[in-house]
Amino acid sequence: MVAQAIFYLLALLTVGSSAVVAFSRNIVHSTFALLGAFMGVVGIYVLLAADFVAMVQLLVYVGGILVLTIFAVMLTQGIADVTISNRAVARAPALVISAVAAAVMIFAVFKTPWHQGAKVMVGPTTYGIGNAFLDTYALPFELASIVLLAALIGAVVISRPIDRRAQEQ
Amino acid sequence: MQPHLFVGFIRWIVLLPLAGAAINFLLGPWIQRKLGKGAIGLIGCGVVLGAFAIAVMAFFRMIALEPNHRFMLDDLWLWMNIGGMKLDIAFWLDPLSMVMTLIITGVGGVIHIYSTGYMHDDASFWRFFGWLNLFTFAMLTLVLGDNLWLMFVGWEGVGLCSFALIGFWHKVLANTVAGNKAFIVNRVGDWAFVIALYSLYWGLSSVGHPTLVTREVAQWAHLLAGKPGYLGLSLVSFITLLMFIGATGKSAQIPLYVWLPDAMAGPTPVSALIHAATMVTAGIYMACRLNFLFSMAPDTMLVVATVGSLTAFFAATIGVAQNDIKKVLAYSTVSQLGYMFTAVGVGAYAAGVFHLMTHAFFKACLFLGSGSVIHAMGGEQDMRKMGGLRKHMPITFYTFLAATFAICGFPPFSGFMSKDEILLQAFAHGHQFIWALTYGAAGLTAFYMFRQVYMTFFGEFRGTHEQEHHLHESPPSMSGVLIILGVLSVIGGVVMLPGFVADFKPFERFLEPVFSSEFTRRVTEVPITHTTELTFSTLAIIMAVAGWFVADLMYRREVLSPERFASLFGGELYRVILNKYYIDEIYQAAIVNPYLMLCRAAAWFDANVIDGIVNLAAAITVFISWLSGLFDAWVVDGLVNLTSNVTLDFGGRVRRLQTGSINGYLYAILAGVMFILLVRAMLRV
Amino acid sequence: MPGGLTLNHFLVLSLIVFAMGLFCVMSRRNAIGILMGVELILNSANINYLAFAFYGGGRYDGQIFTIFVIMLAAAEAVVGLAIVLAIYQDLRTIDVDATETLSG
Repeated sequence: MVAQAIFYLLALLTVGSSAVVAFSRNIVHSTFALLGAFMGVVGIYVLLAADFVAMVQLLVYVGGILVLTIFAVMLTQGIADVTISNRAVARAPALVISAVAAAVMIFAVFKTPWHQGAKVMVGPTTYGIGNAFLDTYALPFELASIVLLAALIGAVVISRPIDRRAQEQ
Repeated sequence: MQPHLFVGFIRWIVLLPLAGAAINFLLGPWIQRKLGKGAIGLIGCGVVLGAFAIAVMAFFRMIALEPNHRFMLDDLWLWMNIGGMKLDIAFWLDPLSMVMTLIITGVGGVIHIYSTGYMHDDASFWRFFGWLNLFTFAMLTLVLGDNLWLMFVGWEGVGLCSFALIGFWHKVLANTVAGNKAFIVNRVGDWAFVIALYSLYWGLSSVGHPTLVTREVAQWAHLLAGKPGYLGLSLVSFITLLMFIGATGKSAQIPLYVWLPDAMAGPTPVSALIHAATMVTAGIYMACRLNFLFSMAPDTMLVVATVGSLTAFFAATIGVAQNDIKKVLAYSTVSQLGYMFTAVGVGAYAAGVFHLMTHAFFKACLFLGSGSVIHAMGGEQDMRKMGGLRKHMPITFYTFLAATFAICGFPPFSGFMSKDEILLQAFAHGHQFIWALTYGAAGLTAFYMFRQVYMTFFGEFRGTHEQEHHLHESPPSMSGVLIILGVLSVIGGVVMLPGFVADFKPFERFLEPVFSSEFTRRVTEVPITHTTELTFSTLAIIMAVAGWFVADLMYRREVLSPERFASLFGGELYRVILNKYYIDEIYQAAIVNPYLMLCRAAAWFDANVIDGIVNLAAAITVFISWLSGLFDAWVVDGLVNLTSNVTLDFGGRVRRLQTGSINGYLYAILAGVMFILLVRAMLRV
Repeated sequence: MPGGLTLNHFLVLSLIVFAMGLFCVMSRRNAIGILMGVELILNSANINYLAFAFYGGGRYDGQIFTIFVIMLAAAEAVVGLAIVLAIYQDLRTIDVDATETLSG
């Protein structure tokens, strides 16, 4: 019962924050609601016995991506102007399509007989994940580091101020 | 197979002049600019004298051997191996080529030295020595090549060098014309020579010995006896006649002698080296080298002897009336070469080679002496403008006089030994007519030579004051060479004394191994008594003195007027001789002009008929091209344009899908995903 | 099953978050807003991964994939926001309807 209560509380936080992100007319509100959504998801992760992943989610999403997004929002003009900052068009067809897609998939979820293992995951998981990264997933792990490096360099190159004269030459 | 010794140093006799030529041609201008003409002269003379030193070394090595083993071979590498014919780049040194090599490098060497003085003021000094060295190389290849093709390479090589050196002063048109004439006339002879080589190879192949290596040809030539050839001749006669035609070209005999007088357009050292001492003797050398073949063909021998003696007489008559100092010597050379062929033709090979050697000495001396005179006269060659030079140029005069005595055959000068031997042999072999011709030529020789001496060196100077002031003895490099050659002209004959003087003939015995084939022995050996020999020598001396005497009367004492002789027969005879029997004009009318007419006819045919056909073909091609162009423009281009238009049209329509609106793309993605899910769901069912 | 929670609870939650993200991506004209929608979608996918890992037999693959997704999301966010800032420098707006220079 306690677990169910916790789940529903976290689900409410997640869905509610997501709704603000999706429907708010102010981009700043959306951004801060994103924080709530991420925190709710972290809770869900913990509930699913993924302690390490939950910490990663907290560090990367909340500590990294979210802060970055807020920076981007703040660096662009006109955030105070609701109509400019978070203009949304054709909301009705988008709402219908999203709802239909969700409904179809929820229907599918309930209709599918999911294969389930005999036992459930129990923490702590860090030891196992570490072993897997240096064993089975060694190559993807290294590739991931290259992707990150490329993204880092790419971001620096893209966001650098454009030298007009150099471009014309 | 003749036993022979393998000697590795013979190649350097040939390669040293080649190296000199390479250095002079490739680095000559640079050396001449940086180090001066002395360096060029040093290289040019050094390589030839080096070759001479090696040749002398080889000579001493050779005479240390048994007389019948005096054969040396230096085999460099396999040259070609075609259809059983295996030819090497190899050099074959036997007594005959030994004599030739010593003459070429020895006389050639001193002429090189002479050239350093004679050509000193010429800007193309390096080019001259390059050609001289290359000539020496080619001549040595001709002489030393161990097979007939290598000999032919040298044969052509000397022709090329001769051509280049006749036209050395190429800025004067007449010189290049003379060079062309020499080259083209020689080509006629070369054509015959090549056919002879092919026929010889064919003949030897048919008896099972396909070879052109000279010593092997000598070994198997007897198998060709009795084989039929072409034109009703035996094969050997056919071959040797063609070879003789080749020799008439190279050695300036009737009817192909006409180039040699014109070749005097070249610098005088060239005349001395190429057109007197060495190259022109190539034909005699070739005949002696292949004596075993010539001896097998009595009819060819007769032709050779007849042509030789006719040439000797005929050229001597022309020489009588020439006024150009070098032209006289040119006709004299033709005449003397005729003597050599006479010797070969009657079977006196050794006498021919002997005369070749003494002639190289005295004719080189005469040419170089005339060069010295021309040098002093500032380029003047007309004897009528000379005279009295004796006082100004004593060395030139005395050496010239010694050589004149030699060529006229006064004892004990070298020419006496060699020329009398030929006359004697001609008579002893039973050719009285030939003897008579050569005997007459000997008198004419004495006449025109002393005429030349008197006109040039005696009497009063007839040139301009300026020339007289300029007269001087030549520098030591030239006069020293004249002294060397003068001394050789005097004493060069001691290696073969007449039988009645002493039984001393080392030259003939040295050459004996070369002329030892069965057929050659048969034609060479005739019994000659000392009395006969003495008689003929006396007759020859009488003739020479008579010629001298007449010249003396006409040109020194001037008792007899040459004009009176000139006006005999109404002056016609003199005019004919003065104009060299109009031979050049006859050739011009009989061969050159018809040839030019043929050329013009061919050109007309070419311009009107061939070009017409070509133009017609061109017009047809243009028409077909036009048709093809139409097809291209309408059908091919139409297809291409259709393809591109369809592509453009389709692209223009599809392009509208690319809206640039992210939401539009999102809808499309979603629709796609939904579609796939739907399809999968339906398939699952 | 801990506390009576089933797999379907988590799947439905994840689908609802996915639908929110989808709507956000579809309706927004602000590039940053669209990126936020993408983050929501990625989070819903992660919930799925972890739920299947939890109920699927105690293997680590799901969790490891989640970590890879998070890593790629970070890279995507960095590059995406860099592009957004570049567009802003150029056009003084981040409205995606304005960036139509490549339209056919």
